[in-house]
Amino acid sequence: MSGPRQLAGIALFAAAVACVPLVTASGATLNFVMMALYATLIAQAWNILGGFGGQFSFGHALFFGSGAYIQAIAQLQGGLNAWVALGLAVIGAAVVGLFIGGLSFRYGLKGSYFALVTLAFAEVFRIVALSVPFTGGGVGLMLPLREAPSNLQFATRAGYLWVVLAFVVAALLVTWWLRNGRFGAWLQAVRDNEDAARAVGVNPFRVKLGAIGISAAFMGAAGAFYVQVFQYIDPGIAYGSSTSVEALVGAIVGGVGTLWGPVLGAVVLHLLADLTRNLFGELPGINMVIYGTVLVLIVIFLPRGIAGLGLSVRQLWASAKGGPRG
Amino acid sequence: MFDSSILFSSVLNGLTTGAVYALIALGLTLIYGVLHIINFAHGASLMLALYAVYFLKERWGIDPYLALPIVIPGMFALGYGLQRLVINRAGHGKDENILLVTLGIAIVMENLALLFFKSDTRNIDTAYALSTVAIGPAMIAVPKLVAFAGALVVSALLFWVMGRTDLGRAIRAVAKEKEGAKLMGIDVDHVYAMSFGIGLACLGAAACFLLPAYYVNPQVGGGFVLVAFTIVVLGGMGSFVGALIGGFLVGIVESLGGLYLGESLGQIGIFAIFIGVVLFRPQGMFGAKA
Amino acid sequence: MAEPLLVLNGISRSFGGLKAVQGVSLSVAEGSLSALIGPNGAGKTTLFALMSGFLKPDTGTVRFAGQDITGREPHRNALLGMTRTFQIVKPFAAQTVRENIAVGVHLHERSRGAALRRADEVAQRVGLAAQLDKPASDLTVAGRKRLELARALATEPRLLLLDEVLAGLNPQEIAEMMPVVRGIADGGVTVLMIEHVMQAVMNLAEHVWVLAQGQLIAEGSPAEVTSNDKVVEAYLGHGTAARLRKAAAAKGVNA
Repeated sequence: MSGPRQLAGIALFAAAVACVPLVTASGATLNFVMMALYATLIAQAWNILGGFGGQFSFGHALFFGSGAYIQAIAQLQGGLNAWVALGLAVIGAAVVGLFIGGLSFRYGLKGSYFALVTLAFAEVFRIVALSVPFTGGGVGLMLPLREAPSNLQFATRAGYLWVVLAFVVAALLVTWWLRNGRFGAWLQAVRDNEDAARAVGVNPFRVKLGAIGISAAFMGAAGAFYVQVFQYIDPGIAYGSSTSVEALVGAIVGGVGTLWGPVLGAVVLHLLADLTRNLFGELPGINMVIYGTVLVLIVIFLPRGIAGLGLSVRQLWASAKGGPRG
Repeated sequence: MFDSSILFSSVLNGLTTGAVYALIALGLTLIYGVLHIINFAHGASLMLALYAVYFLKERWGIDPYLALPIVIPGMFALGYGLQRLVINRAGHGKDENILLVTLGIAIVMENLALLFFKSDTRNIDTAYALSTVAIGPAMIAVPKLVAFAGALVVSALLFWVMGRTDLGRAIRAVAKEKEGAKLMGIDVDHVYAMSFGIGLACLGAAACFLLPAYYVNPQVGGGFVLVAFTIVVLGGMGSFVGALIGGFLVGIVESLGGLYLGESLGQIGIFAIFIGVVLFRPQGMFGAKA
Repeated sequence: MAEPLLVLNGISRSFGGLKAVQGVSLSVAEGSLSALIGPNGAGKTTLFALMSGFLKPDTGTVRFAGQDITGREPHRNALLGMTRTFQIVKPFAAQTVRENIAVGVHLHERSRGAALRRADEVAQRVGLAAQLDKPASDLTVAGRKRLELARALATEPRLLLLDEVLAGLNPQEIAEMMPVVRGIADGGVTVLMIEHVMQAVMNLAEHVWVLAQGQLIAEGSPAEVTSNDKVVEAYLGHGTAARLRKAAAAKGVNA
């Protein structure tokens, strides 16, 4: 089993990326890496429920937005410290996840129905956020500038980079645990054949609920992070479809159900978006056109994603080496 | 709280919108019933059709109702092509893939529209746009009445095609028993593409009826998708009658919801129906129990 | 006398107007290897689903290991010691043979490493050792049947419900599989199998129940049951038993 090797890989990754702010002071580079990590985080979060759990959510922004609003409201109206707010945001998003999951899985929702229901809930939350005063309505909420690490606001992108890196590494470790532990084995069994899993003692409801809770928690962290970096949140950003789409496409393109898939997918998409911006400037919608096109192409030609390509190459290599009966 | 004439007016408005919703939902039902796929791109496709109707009017002065013979075949061709060339290739035997592909198509459509047409909301001015007709105590805008009648006519046409033509029989055969239909010499891929094409053609018709009383911007697709799905699950996946009745019901709920709660919050009524039906009665009113 | 391991009492289940299972009562003794046979559509798989919790009975009770488990979820019954396989095999296609079996082991084993090692052992028992690293989707029908069996075995069941584990196998594969089933039963696991392959029923089963049109029409040893008129008629049609006897008698006269 490549378990321990994967752990080493994660450690290496963490160390390498952590060093980036130490070797460069370029704001553009730091920003790029930070946003790439952010894209990775949401893809990883989606991957936990979608890739490992097999439940495709089309409204994952639901948890992102909840975390973001909790982060903002806890500070603005609760007067709490940003780090405390972060804890609340993660927990709050997880609670939303458990609620949605509890309802959906209790009633046996799967496949398209589940995808649609998550979308519907995201829309409901968006409309509520638009109409309710304490979310600032359509105007949104702004976080006042109070730069200090104790306040989760940093002078340069470096600090933010380290924070989001910590989340990404945490997500990698959780994903590793899903690949190499009993809970993950149960989760993937339910994904691959729910009845067969039930017959050998797996409780599908509990397992799916666990997955959505963890997935939502990471999305909540991403939402809170977003608020700290951009110091602004509104219903469209919080619950709109672009976050849901980014998370989903990043995971699918990279390869669902794998450890490094979301990292690969998010980075590739982010590079693509950056390239496009350099070539064509800031065109509204061009990013999403690319994401949508890439999604369609990947599903048609490379359904196991980029990581799947690596797996296929490895399998070909192994069978070529293995001789006649492989 | 509201006096009866306002309520009556609201219900009537809901019925007229509902007829168009029903037409949209019928297309979705056809696609689901035959291909067993959830077409996420349905809303975005409607949006494209609306833009087509818009530009036909603004650039070439073609009245929306006169544009029917242009938009309907155009949308049909789009649907046929999409299914045959893109969606068909994506299956790989897993439902999730189709889901993702139609989502991808929806994203591309919506954002191409954003790219080329910008996010401004547009509507058209027609001579009859503001004229109204009195029905009882209510004043109903003429475009809405035409939409109501038109949607019913097209729906009837659809029922006729499904019930009385060879194509309709082939479609129903494939929907019921794909392998058996293949053995009878029916070109299943062609039937699939035809069904998808007809589904989108319904959207073309709906767009022609909708635009005079409504508007278009790149985001409208999203709103229509959920409404269409709500109708389809409410009516029962795969049931045409259900889609028709569901359309009217949802139209009325939306209208009344908007009356009591205001436009935004009124939309929640529809989502509540959707979530409720999916959770507690997934077969809807007329659908088969899973 | 100890209570039988599994006791069904008056189990019935209908779907709409169709009475799939009607008033079935039976008891399976611990340590036995028995079979449930009957023509297609008799309701055998439905009965398995009712026993293991995949379906809830309309009436009747199911008792297992001294507890009333009527209508309990399958995963709880697995924990108690009742595991079933499926007539149409359900492998975790994307996972390897080892990973498939390990899921079964995990019912009682927390540690991943230990589960994977134990999966290797179980694979040995059913003859899948050479395929441990292969994805389940690469296996032949016979391989998948063995995998289905291995995964169920890995849960260390007290009662193993095998649904047509020999269906779709050629004679050689059947000959190879039968000792495996025998070995499992010899190892102390109570086995109840649905089977159409009469060779297996005659050779393996100590006790046989016959289900036809949802009702239990006969039970006994394999020999008793196959010479039972009602059983013959259930498979071959009304009046066949008498016709067969007449034909045999006529032949005897002319012998």
